[in-house]
This record gives sequence, C-alpha cells and structure tokens, in this order.
Amino acid sequence: MNIASKSAFVLNQRHLLGIAGLSREQIVGLLDLAGSFVELNRQIEKKLTSLRGRTLMNLFFEASTRTQASFELAGKRLGADVMNMSVSSSSMRKGETLIDTAVTLNAMHPDIIVVRHHSSGAVELLARKVDCAVINAGDGAHEHPTQALLDALTIRRNKGRIEGLTVAICGDILHSRVARSNIILLNTLGARVRVVAPSTLMPPGIERFGVEATRDMREGLAGADIVMMLRLQRERMSGSFVPSVQEYFHYFGLDEKKLAYAKPDALIMHPGPMNRGVEIDSLIADSAQSLIREQVEMGVAARMAVLDALSRTLPNG
Amino acid sequence: MLSERRPILLANARIIDPARDADIEGDVLIAEGVIREAKRGIGAAGVPEGTEIVDCRGKVVAPGLVDMRAYIGEPGAGYRETFVSASQAAAAGGVTTIICQPDTKPVIDNASTVDFVQRRARDTGIVHIHPMAALTKGLKGEEMTDFGLLRAAGAVAFTDGQKSVRNAQVMRRAMTYARDFDELIVHHTEDPDLVGEGVMNEGEFASRLGLMGIPTMAETIMLERDIRLLGMSGGRYHAASLTCSSALDVLRRAKDAGLGITASASINHLTLNEIDIGPYRTFLKLAPPLRAEDDRLALVEAVRSGLIDTIMSDHNPQDVETKRLPFEEAAPGAIGIETMLCAGLRLVHAEQIDLMTLVRAMSTRPAELLGLPGGTLRSGAPADVIVIDTDVPWVLDPTALKSKCQNTPFDEARMQGRVVRTIVAGRTVYEYI
Repeated sequence: MNIASKSAFVLNQRHLLGIAGLSREQIVGLLDLAGSFVELNRQIEKKLTSLRGRTLMNLFFEASTRTQASFELAGKRLGADVMNMSVSSSSMRKGETLIDTAVTLNAMHPDIIVVRHHSSGAVELLARKVDCAVINAGDGAHEHPTQALLDALTIRRNKGRIEGLTVAICGDILHSRVARSNIILLNTLGARVRVVAPSTLMPPGIERFGVEATRDMREGLAGADIVMMLRLQRERMSGSFVPSVQEYFHYFGLDEKKLAYAKPDALIMHPGPMNRGVEIDSLIADSAQSLIREQVEMGVAARMAVLDALSRTLPNG
Repeated sequence: MLSERRPILLANARIIDPARDADIEGDVLIAEGVIREAKRGIGAAGVPEGTEIVDCRGKVVAPGLVDMRAYIGEPGAGYRETFVSASQAAAAGGVTTIICQPDTKPVIDNASTVDFVQRRARDTGIVHIHPMAALTKGLKGEEMTDFGLLRAAGAVAFTDGQKSVRNAQVMRRAMTYARDFDELIVHHTEDPDLVGEGVMNEGEFASRLGLMGIPTMAETIMLERDIRLLGMSGGRYHAASLTCSSALDVLRRAKDAGLGITASASINHLTLNEIDIGPYRTFLKLAPPLRAEDDRLALVEAVRSGLIDTIMSDHNPQDVETKRLPFEEAAPGAIGIETMLCAGLRLVHAEQIDLMTLVRAMSTRPAELLGLPGGTLRSGAPADVIVIDTDVPWVLDPTALKSKCQNTPFDEARMQGRVVRTIVAGRTVYEYI
C-alpha cells in the first residue's frame, strides 16, 4: 500500500528548524499527514517509499533514546537508509567542533540530517553549513518542533480540535524548548495557553509570548482541557532554582488534588522522560486520563509526516 | 620604515578642536612632529619650502583619536592581533593612540612586561600605543599590583581588563592606595554572579532565543558598589563600559555628589542593540551585552550631554575558532578600532550628537583623563591629526579590514564618512584612496 501517492503535502522549505515561521496551513497540513500515518503504523505492512534510496542521519550531540529511536523508525518506515551518530561514538569527544562535524558528514551526502544539540541556535548554525535538509530534534532551550507537532496531534485526536481549548503547560518553562515550541504552535492554532511555574523558572518577558503566566497551580489549571507537565530538568540547572524536590512537588507537582482544579475530562501529557514523584504523581501518570503513552505513538507518525513533507523538496527528487 | 618627515599643510579645512571649543574654517600646519598652528589663513605662502600641501576643502581636520580600550594579542596571542596589525587598523580608523588592555598572556602586571609592550609597540607599531597595567596580580582580583613601579615603567592606568573585582575589600584597598599615586582605576562593572550563565541581555528576546540573560542590574549594582567605595577612598575611577539607563542614573548622582568618577561607552553599545543579534549572530555577542533600544538611546543622550565622558572601540579580535560556535559557547567580543569613527558618524548624521561632541569623546577627553599629550590641535601639541570626509559613501568589506580577525558587527554595512588621512607624529601613516 502506498499512501505517498495520495499525499501531496509539501512543506516548501528546505529545513524544519522550528515552529516559529510556520503558517497555520503548514501546521495543519503536517498534522493531517501525520494523522494518515497513524493508521498506517497500526497495520502490519508499514513500509512506504517516499524516502527510498535516501540517507537519513541522526546526529545527536545530546543523549536521547526515545527521540532518536522515533526518528529512526520514522525514516525506515518511509524506506530510508538510516544512520545513527551519537556524541559518545563520534569525534566530537576528540574536540572536533560542531562545524567540522557538520562539514565532514556533509561530504558523505546525506539527504536529511536530524540534529539535537545542547546549545540554542546550534542546529541553525549547522544548517548553514550543509547542503542537505536539516530537522531540529531539539536545540538547547530554543525549539523542539516535532515534539510540538506530536503534542498537537495527540490533543487533536483526543479532543477533536485545538482551537478554543485551554492548555496549561507546567514546570521548568525557563529551560524548556518543548514549552517554547508548544506555545508558538498552540497559539497559532487558536488555543488558550497558560504557563505555570515558580518565578525562578519563568522566562523573563513571558507575558509577551501571548500566554497567561501564573505561579499558582490552582489558577493555572482552572478549567484546563489539557495539562502538560514538563520534567524538572535538573541537569540543565547550574544553580539552585527551587529549594528541594519535596517543596517543588508539593506546590507545583501534578497530584490528584491539583488535577481536580482542571476540567473533569482534562487529559494529561508529558514529553518524557518523567521524574515520577517530582513533577507528576506516579498513579496519575499511569491513569486513564494520561495521554503519555499515546504521545510516543504519535511521535513516530508526526516525524514521518515531517520527513515525508520535506522529502518532496529534496534535490533530485 | 617611515618616510622622511616633511612639513604638512592641511588647507581649507573645517577645523574641529574640542580642547579649545573651536569649529572654524582654516589651515593646519604641521612640522617636525608637532602642530605649528591651526587657524584661518596660513596659506601656501606662509609655509616652509618643501611643505606637502593637502587640499582639505569639504573635509574636517581633527585631533587623532585616542582609543581607551582595545585588546591587542601581544604578548601571547599574536594570532589574534599584533601591534603591527592593530596599529594599521587603528591608522585606517583615524586612531592615533591605542590604549591596550593587560589581559594578555602573560598578564601585564609587572614592570618588565610593561617594558616589553612599550618597546615592541614602539618598534613595530605605526601609531602610539600605551598599556594599561593590571589592577590585581594575574587579574585574580586578590592582590593589587605595584602601581608606582608600573606607572614608572609606562602604564597609563590600572584595570583588570574584562574581569571585575568581585571582592569589595580588595577594590577598596586598591582605590585607597591608587589615590596616593593619583592613578586612574578603570573597572569593568559586571557582577560575575549576577551574570552567571548569561550570554546576552535579559529580556523577551533572550527568552525567545532560549538563551540565558544578563540583567542590567549586574552592571548597575557593581557600579553602585564601586561608587560607595570611591566615596570612602577618594581618588579617580573610570567605569570601563556602561550600557544601560539605570547605570547612567547612578553615574549622574555620583558626579553630582562631586566624586572623581568618569565613564566610557563602547561604540558598539551606542550604535547597536540586542535585536541586532538576530539569528544567533556571534559577532554581536559582547561583554557587557548589547541592550534594549531604550538603553541605547539613553546612552547616546548621555554622550551628548557629557555624562558619558569617552567613547572607545572595545576592539576585541576573535578568530573563527572562538566565534564559529553555538552562541552560548562563542567568546564575546567584536573588532572595532578601524570602524569606531565611521560608526560614530552615524550618530552625527542622525543628528543625535554633533561632530564636536564625537571628537571630544573619542579624542580630547581620553587624552585628558590619561594625562596624554594628544587630543588637541593647540600649537605645540604632537602632530597626531586626522582628516575626515564626513560624507563619502562606502560599503564595509570585512576582508579589507586591517585587523587579523574579522569579527565585525558591521559586516557589509553601508557607511557614510570615514577618515581619509591619518598623521602620527607628523608623518602620514594612512591615506584612503
């Protein structure tokens, strides 16, 4: 079965570096395409051919089993040859710079490189130095576009729409690329976005992002349709932003009491991996209201959509 | 190396001499390394035989610029900049005296290193070069250096370069001791703890880029601290690079209270703001960082009013290895000695400050503060003179700049006006063709 021939959605740009700059039509087009891949992935015959003969390189300077595996599966299901490069096995450890690594890989003529890096802007820097298409799998605290797409897909499939929904994003907003990409995407599709965090974890100027910002979980979750929890990113903090895990969980963690502030049919999301007992109660994470597992499934479909849409603007294609 | 020194007559110029508040039409006669006269009507008849006569109709003649803050990589980092390349860049930018910084390898914190710098600069450079010596040994912020002996060796002021002295007691003692020698302490006011992991101005733009921010208070709080310490010790203090209105408010109060405080602004902070960083352009990563437009405008007004005394280039050559990196990892700094004047002319063309004020801030006041003989066209002053064409349009090509490094924030910028001739000690060291 070949869905590729039916789908004509083209992204019309060389890279996907962020949600910023995507139009409403482009986002909806990607979500629709991703939706079609969800059905495909549930069948036995999963292989398509839009990337047959193409080489996809996963270049992860920051460790991530789930996102890397998700992209690998997505690429293979579209027929691509997939190669994984993570920092521990590459010459980056020997002091090779980001640019040198990019130029070296570029010489091997990949068609698409998927990059994750711990510094904001690093993926854009790399994209300027290569000839192939580049997909941002997360750059520092800046953007994680495919996460925002899979989150939107998950929301749409469970709530039927995004426009008019109240979505509360809670946690370490300051350091979160997931939060930033989601804020842009959800606003573009007409959702009402709230962010909840202690003041030390709020980005300066957040009020100008078109969100309601609050330090109070009751206020933040009031009437929410979707509650999106972020991991407390301990390894990204080099100072003390919150006094302790206990304090954080008590005031900002999602437990039964706080979940009750949201709508009765509110659904829970988390980009993973979770710190159980830190930002989210273990039982709640596994409850019927939780979409966390479905997000992972949507992730493969969303990434297939991005790869497929970009593939149509690859040279010699 | 240098040609024989003939007398020079710069004729029919608009003469700007801030030392005498003079803006007049006239001629400037230079002979034997000094300015003979700068006045109307000297004419070709009134000059010695063999004088080179340069028609400066439509052009400005001003004292050569004195750049109070430029990093030169000698000793230790000659691949970034040498006295040769720095002085050529200076000459092409109308800077006739460079004050270089002590954060070299080794640090300029002892008399023999000062001596080395003086000799090497004198032997290889084509403009005057004087070093500032370190305020603390090794720039560690712990023990003060030999102010007296370093001055005797040729240091013109004391600073820890881009580093701030964290310990208030150390700063207090240094100020107290420096006062006995009437030495100028120059301090980069940024509280390192409030800077923390920050890489650009704190605010909405940094948040959108996903970069950690440096609040303006990191600068203002450190300045306030130093001002209180200065109140205890007396003496002379110069804030190396101010960037924001809250710091300017603090500076104003301190000046009103009669404290011996002065301040510089970098040409970068006067002509650029945080938005110029755009898509993570590392040539715009500076310390202190570029601020919001409101702060930039307040800074320009402060130059206009004289609250900010001097403008410097903050010339900081960084090569590809330290700049072609993700923004967080890149080293801060931009070159600027060659572009300081023409960037400053933007402010003149925009009528935000006048040419007299610009020249005063870039030439006369720095010379005064450091007790150097330049910055004026008075008779008997050293013949460090520049001829400026304020209107000639040109496009900045980074590869044509004379610095060894090309990290300029003005890549491909359209410029209007530039220096067309630079004279140092009575010899022409640069001419724009």
